[in-house]
Amino acid sequence: MTATGFIPIEDILQKKRRPVHRPPDQAHAHDIREELFELEAKGEIIVHRVPEPYVEVETRFGRKKKIPIEHTWHHKSCGQCGHIPGYTSSIFWLHRQFGLDYTDPIDQTSCTGWNYYASGTSNAVAQMAVMSRNFAAAYEEGYYPLIHCGTSFGHYKEVREQLIHHKDLRDQTRRVLEKLGKPLVIPEEIVHYSEWIHVMRHRIAERQVVDMSHIKACVHPACHYHKIVAEDAIYDKEIYGGQRTATITGLLQALGIEVADYSTWFDCCGFGFRHVLVQRDFTRSFAVMRKIEVMIDEAQPDVTITHDTGCVTTLDKSQFAAKAHERRVGVPVLSDAQIAALAMGAHPFRVVQLHWHSTDWRPLMEKLGIDWEYYWNEFQEDLEAIRRGEALMTWEKADGVAIQPN
Amino acid sequence: MPQQYTFGKATASYPDVPYEEKERLFREVKEDPRYEDFLYGCYECGICVSACPSARFYDYSPRVIAQTMAREDVDRFYEILAEDIWNCAQCFSCVRCPRQNNPGGLVTLIREVAVRNGIQETRDVLQGYTRVIYKVMLKGNQVSPDMLQPDFFPDWGPWVASFRGNMEIWRQAIPVDTLRGVTDAAWRTADNTLRELYTIWFETGNLDIIEEVDEGLYELLLDVMEEELEDWE
Ligand code: SF4
Ligand code: SF4
Repeated sequence: MTATGFIPIEDILQKKRRPVHRPPDQAHAHDIREELFELEAKGEIIVHRVPEPYVEVETRFGRKKKIPIEHTWHHKSCGQCGHIPGYTSSIFWLHRQFGLDYTDPIDQTSCTGWNYYASGTSNAVAQMAVMSRNFAAAYEEGYYPLIHCGTSFGHYKEVREQLIHHKDLRDQTRRVLEKLGKPLVIPEEIVHYSEWIHVMRHRIAERQVVDMSHIKACVHPACHYHKIVAEDAIYDKEIYGGQRTATITGLLQALGIEVADYSTWFDCCGFGFRHVLVQRDFTRSFAVMRKIEVMIDEAQPDVTITHDTGCVTTLDKSQFAAKAHERRVGVPVLSDAQIAALAMGAHPFRVVQLHWHSTDWRPLMEKLGIDWEYYWNEFQEDLEAIRRGEALMTWEKADGVAIQPN
Repeated sequence: MPQQYTFGKATASYPDVPYEEKERLFREVKEDPRYEDFLYGCYECGICVSACPSARFYDYSPRVIAQTMAREDVDRFYEILAEDIWNCAQCFSCVRCPRQNNPGGLVTLIREVAVRNGIQETRDVLQGYTRVIYKVMLKGNQVSPDMLQPDFFPDWGPWVASFRGNMEIWRQAIPVDTLRGVTDAAWRTADNTLRELYTIWFETGNLDIIEEVDEGLYELLLDVMEEELEDWE
């Protein structure tokens, strides 16, 4: 810049004389792991390696990402566990069905990112310390973090980059962790559970007992999954020509579900973090007018499938009030984990916990040939037994295939 | 005398706030180490606006955020700090920016500065929200089943009332050990884990930040955390 504040025209012309030619197959494919390993070599951090067995998948610009299959430390989501527990139990149920080794820790806090994005009442070092404390706990337990929440996933990807690029923030974070007696550990890959589902999709389809080939679904890709540190999301040239993330869609195709496109697929759901809690006029309007109604008008789906906490809650719960305004609503909303569990025959209430969803899911169950009333009655008996103090709802009861093949 | 120009406004808003104070807050945002990662200049192309959900429903524009910061328009910046930032949905659709700007990230940084400085408009906006701050700082979870109350979620319909009537038993009927029976948090967290979390809030100055937005909440959190940490030691 000059004293006048303008870039001299000569400088601009000079720049234009040096055009950059970058073949698409060599487009930006920065691998953050190189910097991680350098920091580790200097003794600054410990890099938590992805354990065997893992599957390598393509990310947006072609970098291969390792997705662990088992020995995973389940970093739970507060929105899922608190308000959509069938989301969480479906993820665990899938792991159990395949007999995979995992751990569900109590030495875990949420990422606290929901609050941070809602209110700004935190700071960079606090966010880094919360993340690193969780990662250190996973490392100490000898299990690899598998992140359930889309926001935690996006937030951790971004916070990890900041931690790597800013030595002062890194040093401050390390000092806080030292107070806790913990090392500064950063995982080699930040992995979202929907990426695990994506690499498991063919194994899931092999064990499918509920035919879903007559079902049409719209996909809502979660913003914090594919927009934050956008290069670190799974893409596949066979799915949307590699132009959109392949997670969710890959699973639905494997299950034989027709994936129906709609024009506002890139829009967010309207969650807004603060908005969904205290300013829901925005959330409701956006969820209905920019998502649900567009899906109905353009695709008439039987269900909407998404892969994050806020998206399931927002798209599901926003439909009730809109009905009173005679808007076009009524599309049930499930996560990829829940539809995968149903496909493999999970109990709709013991595992998938459909009763926590408010948009009517009964027509979908009926179309799938699932006698939901039968399973609901069974679940009511479970509740009675719990009330009488005779039994708990344990995995013993929830494991295994409940729905008979149709 | 020619009128001072600010984006879309004939005169600067908030004339009672001294220019030097606005400039000090502006500098505080720019001094955040993450700032340089979030702003590289702006083409005024509007790609961020076309992707932005808040731009559809509010008088709000991520392009204006990027432009204001790049042009160092301190008066307009103050309006953004006092008003615009709370419209952002923090979805980060705007990172489609061809200059690799992150207008949503700029909003995050400006929010932090607004909170840290106890700006009155920020205190007002966060008034109805403090129960979430209480929950996240004490329990390590933003939300819990017991927050689903019909008074707070009337627009979610009769489902909320039916849920309230069944909450205790439904929570008992979850096969995941860490969730089963827990209603005041999202899952069961170890006491030591929470103490470590409280240590983080103290060590990083996060608790002091809360004092700026709600003194009562700060006192409450301080009491509980100090007692818990004393027992631990
Ligand atoms: S993060 Fe904020 S500014 Fe960016 S697109 Fe979302 S709502 Fe708009
Ligand atoms: S997309 Fe980027 S360059 Fe274009 S107006 Fe928005 S901030 Fe400016």
